[in-house]
Amino acid sequence: MSKVKMSKKATSIDMTAMCDVAFLLLTFFILTATAKQPEPLPVDTPASTVQTKLPDTDLAVITIGQKGKVFLGIKGTDVRKRTLELLSEKTKIGFTKEELEKFSLVDDFGVPLNELRGLLTLKASDRNKEGLQKGIPHDSIDNQLKEWILAARLANAELHDKQLNFAIKGDAKEEYPEIKKVMDILQDQGVNKFNLVTGLRSKDF
Amino acid sequence: MAELNTGGDGGGKGKKVRSKKGNSKVDLTAMVDLAFLLITFFMLTTSLSKPQSMPLGMPEKDSKIPPILIADARTLTILVGENNTLKTYMGQFTSPIEAPSSTTYGKDGIRKKILEKVISVPITMNDPKKGLIVIIKATKKSTYKNLVDILDEMAISKVPTYAIVDIEKAEDALVKN
Repeated sequence: MSKVKMSKKATSIDMTAMCDVAFLLLTFFILTATAKQPEPLPVDTPASTVQTKLPDTDLAVITIGQKGKVFLGIKGTDVRKRTLELLSEKTKIGFTKEELEKFSLVDDFGVPLNELRGLLTLKASDRNKEGLQKGIPHDSIDNQLKEWILAARLANAELHDKQLNFAIKGDAKEEYPEIKKVMDILQDQGVNKFNLVTGLRSKDF
Repeated sequence: MAELNTGGDGGGKGKKVRSKKGNSKVDLTAMVDLAFLLITFFMLTTSLSKPQSMPLGMPEKDSKIPPILIADARTLTILVGENNTLKTYMGQFTSPIEAPSSTTYGKDGIRKKILEKVISVPITMNDPKKGLIVIIKATKKSTYKNLVDILDEMAISKVPTYAIVDIEKAEDALVKN
């Protein structure tokens, strides 16, 4: 081997600029971060070129996936609480104050009303286990989704004095009749305008 | 900056202040490591932007409202079938102006057709206000993705009027073949 004389100076790279960039990015991400909530029903939304953002408030998201399972997510803890209160009065199940409080922290759920109490006793981390939540019944015999939607609209109008917006978040592979069912439930209540949650793509496809 | 010079920088020529040779350099490597770790963490836990959405207005279901009669020449019906098949026709199903024909999704299929009609319909109607009307009929076997794709085409081609309507039996049978 040839003798290569190493220079005595240590080859230390100036990290200053790199550090600057890293912290700049870090600051950006911290400021824009809204922690991602785990979803009980993960769906793969279809893509579209339309770029309308969903509103943050006065919104209810109906998630449809896994062969017609329907989940409901209402934005705003106060609306959630009032919704369950209204339903509780109507169905005479009688949820307690603690249960209402707990429900107001649930982002997304999909269980029949009689199983809701059981769901609320679980820990938040256990609620999202796969297969635990079977979806809200929405067929002609037991149309609980309709009741939920009605209650949510009433609650929102009461608290915020605004119409509740609806967004449908369907899985790309879901069959059309399943989506149609939910649209029909909405339309039966005179909700003719809603948003479809989509991913983003370019026009060139 | 990172190098904390303890001595002068040769600002004054007259002064003979030599900076110390052992420059007290702060090692930033660990700091950068930490910063990137945090960046990665925040990137992964952040849903970067709000979800996109597509506004959709459905026709009023109330049957008390009398139907509006429109010219056959303005309506293009799109039948959405299973396995990503598409069929289109102009006018009424029983007496179509353009017989049903198959097409595909994307810019070479359905979009070409719609764009063509968006231009040609106001000309044939002799009125720029009477634009194309697209009727979307989805079969039971079509997927949600198919529907969104078609609605997306409406948005891309800027079709003035479109509606999602229930499919009729004869049309359903046609799509299946």
